Amino acid sequence: MSVSEALLRGSLAALIGFTFVGISLVILNWFERKMGGRIQSRYGPMHVGFHGILQTFADLLKLLQKEYIIPQGANKLLFIAAPFMVMVPAIFVFLVIPFGPDLYAFRFEYSLLFILSFPALTSFGILAAGWASNSKYSLVASLRTVGQMISYEIPRLLSALSIALMAGSFAIDTIVERQAYLWFVLLQPIAFLVFFFSSLAEANRMPFDFTWAESELVSGFFTEYTGMRWALFFLGEYGALVAACLVTALIFFGGWYGPILPSPIWLIVKAALLLVFSLWIRWTWPRLRIDQWMRFSWKVLTPLSIANLLLTAFLMHWLGVGA
Amino acid sequence: MERFSSPESFEFMINMGPQHPSTHGVFKLVLKLDGETVIDAEPEIGYLHRSVEKIAENRTYEQVLPLTDRLDYVNAMGNNLAYVMAVENAAGIEVPERAKAIRVIMAEFNRIASHLISLGTQGLEVGSHTLFLYCFREREKILDLFEKASGGRLTYSYFRFGGISKDLPKGWIDEAREFLNDFENKMEEYFVLLLDNPIYKGRTVGIGIIKPETAISYGASGPVIRGSGIPYDVRKANPYLIYNKLDFNIPTGENGDVWDRAYVRFQEMKESVKIIRQVIENLPEGSVLEREARYIVIEEGLSSYFSVESPRGELGFFIYSDGTEKPYRLKIRSPAFVNLSMIKEIIKGEKLADVPLVLGSLDPVFGEVDR
Repeated sequence: MSVSEALLRGSLAALIGFTFVGISLVILNWFERKMGGRIQSRYGPMHVGFHGILQTFADLLKLLQKEYIIPQGANKLLFIAAPFMVMVPAIFVFLVIPFGPDLYAFRFEYSLLFILSFPALTSFGILAAGWASNSKYSLVASLRTVGQMISYEIPRLLSALSIALMAGSFAIDTIVERQAYLWFVLLQPIAFLVFFFSSLAEANRMPFDFTWAESELVSGFFTEYTGMRWALFFLGEYGALVAACLVTALIFFGGWYGPILPSPIWLIVKAALLLVFSLWIRWTWPRLRIDQWMRFSWKVLTPLSIANLLLTAFLMHWLGVGA
Repeated sequence: MERFSSPESFEFMINMGPQHPSTHGVFKLVLKLDGETVIDAEPEIGYLHRSVEKIAENRTYEQVLPLTDRLDYVNAMGNNLAYVMAVENAAGIEVPERAKAIRVIMAEFNRIASHLISLGTQGLEVGSHTLFLYCFREREKILDLFEKASGGRLTYSYFRFGGISKDLPKGWIDEAREFLNDFENKMEEYFVLLLDNPIYKGRTVGIGIIKPETAISYGASGPVIRGSGIPYDVRKANPYLIYNKLDFNIPTGENGDVWDRAYVRFQEMKESVKIIRQVIENLPEGSVLEREARYIVIEEGLSSYFSVESPRGELGFFIYSDGTEKPYRLKIRSPAFVNLSMIKEIIKGEKLADVPLVLGSLDPVFGEVDR
């Protein structure tokens, strides 16, 4: 691939990626509100557009008009940069997500590693936001982020590793191709559970939304943010959630494989079902406490995923299958 | 408590409130934290002080009644009841049987409404927004019942010296019965959704423990002391109205932690349903207000104290009369204030995330704490 081709592909992918992410986030936000309303026996948004479908656009317009407030004593540079540090890595993941056998922006051998490692950078953004805000609530939230990140990343990587081991490759499209007849979720249910819940933790979703924790930390690390800067955090987290569901669908649910419908549709349907599941959890379960989650992660999830990885390796060696 | 720690230490102060989403009103808790662990706490109250007790000294006995609505604004019926009965007790006014029965119905409905808020906010404090809205949905139905009977949704002033202001409207009893049947089914749902949820149990069991001796030494009452295993309830200990004729239990907890207090409140709602059922099945006929006592003068030098069981505990009114139509001194024994005074002791050593949870388990209403 020449440099000009890479640039062309990159900018096209960025365009398509941002459009896709933007549209899916707006729809997802509306859907989440509607679903939350349904679960809580209320209507949700009803007034802007048909059944409130344009509500998110109205909210974004409102946020665009808001004043940007930088608190006294804040570190201005970090304060302004932090929303982008959260937003950009979350969106970057979409560059390597294949939506079909030949439908991707970039393909390379270690795309799974890229997908798993890049969103971890959002933690720096959150840390920066909490530190730069010069607010104690934000600071506590950002310190929690670090504790949370070191607890979920390891089981997440280990469970993904057992999938890579079974597929014999770190390339996502190879992993999907190996699932043409049998989804990996059936062979690796433990890895799926560990991976999915760690992904929820990565996207700061219920029951792991410690960095937000409105009951004790007001609004967590974005307490001091206003307007579009606040919205960027919001979009970044939604982006991380969408990416996490897409990746889970790809590596556990056979990605784009499915009868009749074209491949991207199948992938999006599978990811959407996982999204609905995560929203369902969000509107039903209470929040864990950060130390409980860390204990659970280190004492249960990590040993479980190591055992799962070893078992997978032994079984594959013993049965003489795989790479 | 020292407000500032040395620069070398990792301790820091955090002002929780008075503008914080989960302090249950205007309340400030100055926390000294080591990481996320609370080392020390200093509660600051008074942000909602309206000097009700002083204002009452310049009003006639009947004019004080609307003030009591605004003390504990989620339990206005109970406050009315406590005040009205304190005055009746001092002035020796008799109440018809039907009025007594209706007072019990209203007080118990308001107990359910108040405990629903407590349960819902317990959900909110652990991030379970759904239960909060469910609880408010049920509470709304109780408020509708109150509105039909008294005309008010939050501040009722429904009771009068010598009875109640007006009889129940036609069909009210049937609606109440319908609500109770519906509510009993919903209760099971709430139990599964929050109290029986493993995450909620993990968050609350063993957190904010109040030892029985601590509860007694602070003079705690209501679900807070019953959560610690002491079956003290004014309705049983010193029965008023028709409570001695009714069959109900006093639920108690074992460990005195947050979960126990929530569970005691949950079971109390069930007991309240039982009480209301018994009363509406045997509702006496007759007048509800024989002769409205508008102008009350209590004998000079007479002091009287009367307490009822409010959803927060023992709510008492002390009245000292100088022989005029106005109370010389009116003192309110606020259960929320007494229970809240324990916060400093029980919050030490807990995590920051548990602070709202422990505070919410004491169920303070700051209209009553500050008075």
